[in-house]
Amino acid sequence: MRRTARDTEANARKVTRRALFLGGAQVAFIAVLGARMRYMQVEEAERYRLLAEENRINIRLIPPTRGLILDRRGRLIAGNEQNYRVVITREETGDVETVLAKLAEVIPLTAEMLDRTRKEMDRRSAFVPIVVADWLRWDDLAAVAVNAPALPGVNPEVGLSRRYPLVGDFAHVVGYVGPVSDADLAELEDPDPLLQIPKFQIGKIGVERWMEADLRGRSGTKRIEVNSVGRVMRELDRQDGVAGADIRLTIDADVQNFVQARLGEESAAAVVMDVANGDLIAVASAPSFDPNLFVRGISQTDYSALIGNDHRPLANKSVQGAYPPGSTFKMVTALAALEAGAITEQTTVHCPGFLEFGGRRFHCWKHGGHGTVALEAALKGSCDVYFYDIAQRAGIDRIAEMGRRLGLGVRHDLPMSAISEGVMPDKAWKRDRHKAEWRIGDTINASIGQGYVLTSPLQLAVMTARIASGTAVSPRLVRAIGDREVPVGTIPPLGIAPRHLRAVQEAMVAVMNAQGGTAWASRIADEAMLFAGKTGTSQVRNISASERASGVIKNEQLPWNRRDHALFVGYAPATAPRYAVSVVVEHGGGGSAVAAPIARDAILRALSDGLPPLSAYPANQRTTIETQQKNMKLRKPEPAAAESSRA
Amino acid sequence: MSFLEYQIKTVPGGIRKILYLNWGLVLLLVAVASMGFLMLYSVAGGSLQPWAEPQMKRFAAGLVLMFAIAMVPIWFIRNMAGVAYGVSVLLLLAVEFFGEVGMGAQRWIDIGPLRLQPSELMKITLVMMLAAYYDWLDTRKTSRPLWVLIPVVLIAVPTALVLIQPNLGTALLLLMGGAAVMFAAGVSLWYFGAVAALGAGAIASLFTLRGTPWQFLHDYQYRRIDTFLDPTTDPLGAGYNIIQAQIALGSGGWSGKGFMQGTQSRLNFLPEKHTDFIFTTLAEEFGFIGAFSLLLLYGLIIFFCLASAIQSKDRFSQLLLIGIGCTFFFYLAVNLSMVMGMAPVVGVPLPFLSYGGSVMLVLMVAFGVVQSAHVHRPR
Repeated sequence: MRRTARDTEANARKVTRRALFLGGAQVAFIAVLGARMRYMQVEEAERYRLLAEENRINIRLIPPTRGLILDRRGRLIAGNEQNYRVVITREETGDVETVLAKLAEVIPLTAEMLDRTRKEMDRRSAFVPIVVADWLRWDDLAAVAVNAPALPGVNPEVGLSRRYPLVGDFAHVVGYVGPVSDADLAELEDPDPLLQIPKFQIGKIGVERWMEADLRGRSGTKRIEVNSVGRVMRELDRQDGVAGADIRLTIDADVQNFVQARLGEESAAAVVMDVANGDLIAVASAPSFDPNLFVRGISQTDYSALIGNDHRPLANKSVQGAYPPGSTFKMVTALAALEAGAITEQTTVHCPGFLEFGGRRFHCWKHGGHGTVALEAALKGSCDVYFYDIAQRAGIDRIAEMGRRLGLGVRHDLPMSAISEGVMPDKAWKRDRHKAEWRIGDTINASIGQGYVLTSPLQLAVMTARIASGTAVSPRLVRAIGDREVPVGTIPPLGIAPRHLRAVQEAMVAVMNAQGGTAWASRIADEAMLFAGKTGTSQVRNISASERASGVIKNEQLPWNRRDHALFVGYAPATAPRYAVSVVVEHGGGGSAVAAPIARDAILRALSDGLPPLSAYPANQRTTIETQQKNMKLRKPEPAAAESSRA
Repeated sequence: MSFLEYQIKTVPGGIRKILYLNWGLVLLLVAVASMGFLMLYSVAGGSLQPWAEPQMKRFAAGLVLMFAIAMVPIWFIRNMAGVAYGVSVLLLLAVEFFGEVGMGAQRWIDIGPLRLQPSELMKITLVMMLAAYYDWLDTRKTSRPLWVLIPVVLIAVPTALVLIQPNLGTALLLLMGGAAVMFAAGVSLWYFGAVAALGAGAIASLFTLRGTPWQFLHDYQYRRIDTFLDPTTDPLGAGYNIIQAQIALGSGGWSGKGFMQGTQSRLNFLPEKHTDFIFTTLAEEFGFIGAFSLLLLYGLIIFFCLASAIQSKDRFSQLLLIGIGCTFFFYLAVNLSMVMGMAPVVGVPLPFLSYGGSVMLVLMVAFGVVQSAHVHRPR
């Protein structure tokens, strides 16, 4: 097939035309690409640059070291312990199963731990270290280090975790820390980003919780460069955080330990308080529990045991418990009547063993009655009828007003959990609460701390301290936050005539130091440490007329939870008061027999440096006390630390 | 023109041919390939391994191959076009049955040490075949239906074979490369209008048939279209590549973050950073200036091809040069549209920059043919 030259020319021209068209289209498209490029790289560059930075840079928090909690002399109550653990990194390990099997020969590993490790490993990237076992002993960690060549990808690690070296002594006061729960987060309006860190621990109850803001400190941050799978490439910069402040409590760890041990396995609480500045020296609640269990995550068995115990070890009885104060309330009634001018110190009342009122018979604890008594004799013998009588003369509102002035029915603000307000009833309260009018019978019951009156051991200690010092001293638990001392502040006067206070104080001395006083057996023999106090026994059941007729059943014959509460309040030295003490033993029986000896031991321990000297006890009790002291399981007292040191 | 006619006109022969090579084009290719080496070195974190060095070796081998082919008379190439086309189709059939499976698609075949992707080879042999066809065909018959049907079949057979591999990107390039040759050969514009209309219909049915047993794309290809239309719907899944690629590109700014300073590629946010998405690294590290320079170099390469085509008096050479130039253009146009978020993600590499053996060799063969046409052009 031949083509003419003209044909060829024409065809070539057509091809050229079309080639030029194609070329033009291509130039146009390249221009579009260029324009798009310009749009993205010049106009929108800033936006994309930001996105690239966001991709690249990750901000990590550096958790601050939690502040320590120390006793008044700087001894460690809550510290940070090194938690030894072993981690495994998949990408460095090679054959995971072989290495895990080898690791199990070196340190004890349960099947459960291995299972959890495998599961975690499947979920996470290969470069993320997974905790195989924690809370290891130093020996185990050393064993892992020694066997390192056989364990590729397995590394020993050290982290910080909360530890309470004094175990149960401060479980109720200081509380414990635990992992952040959803409930914790929901409570906060603007949660600290720290709380999002897995395994971060915050205070759950007690001082740990209520002083969380001081203890936690501020997190530092580090900016790190990460790649697309989140592996850290390098650290760009870091800002160190601020460690939490150390908190120094007013409590003396040795006294606390002694009191806690003295309460033993009783369901009981005791508070020792400085009457001059309100420093709480001991705040004990028994039985106690090991807060360290909660830090590591308490097992179901342990938790069930705590919950199932009828002595309620988890309850902080010293501030949370609300008990009828019984006869320990009689000082309030007396002071109310004296201040109201309803009686004088010399006013006498006749006690035949009961008071007849409105067709009802109110009994005195002493079957035959106390005969004719004035204030001192009435308190010394704890005559109920005397107080039934003077309470009616004073009226409930004045009694309640006096109770509140002495710190009852008032919430004392301390960094502790579940602080009870108690109940200091008056006419308005009953109308409000029970929609009923106040009756004289209610006053009679209240006059001896029964009926509606409820108080916590802390409130009783405050009451005693105020009576002893004549000032409106308030309890305090924190002595210093970091380097800053917490000032005591001015303590307002109580506003009670000194003459009336002295009358009550002298009566309280008589209770313990005069023959026939209800707490005579628990006196302190050492004149320099003279003890003043008042016993109390509060009923937790009603005694029916028939039972009273046939003779009141002895406490020992009742089941434990129906026995009377034993109470005692006191202060020493009576001549120049330093400490006030209150003791409540739930269902302990009589205040004089059970609570008073504990209170004496506690206050003697606070007054002396070391175990109470036997010379302080009456001569005929010293042998018994010596045996008792020998049998107490006390921690060896640690020397006071001048400066706080970090664990 | 016949062999005789070539002899009559002054065509360089023997060793003198080297002087008549299009050295400007050679220089351009070296320049573009060098940018590729630089980027492969950078994405490997400043290392010749595993990408830059093999790529350099391939390019060197490719250059030798190009010079060798440039020495082959263009009429010989024309005469061999039919054979080359036939062999390519057979190879495509072969990979269909014996090919290795990679990325969920059958794409290559192992011949000794060479890992060959026949679909890549097909791009050049198809253009050769069509150019030879139109050279042979009486120009007056160009637009007659029967004579239009033949090249359509020639295009359709390999396109279909590539599509069922499935390799949408290459199928697209074959289709467009073939269409470009037909257009240049002077096929009536009516046909193109009709095809455009049909194409619109096909796209419509593509979406209406989705989810039915008759859907003609794979699910992953549908998803790619979805994410192209709105990448933010799946930022951590299929949309991730597109979003990260655009972030890399945009964050380069005017002058870039500097060589080896691209955070997106160095920290592995970029997908396929050494293959299909290598342009994003270039744009990130050298900015608009660098990226636009590459675009200009590409433009010049295409310009050389088309200019050479227009200068040529030989119909086969003309059509071949236009076809190769257009195929080259489609490569980069599809790839760049894809990384800039103007087209869905289809597996098309960026010529001379993306890491890959078959593409490099086939491109060098193509430019060898371009050089041959240039050298053996009657002067």
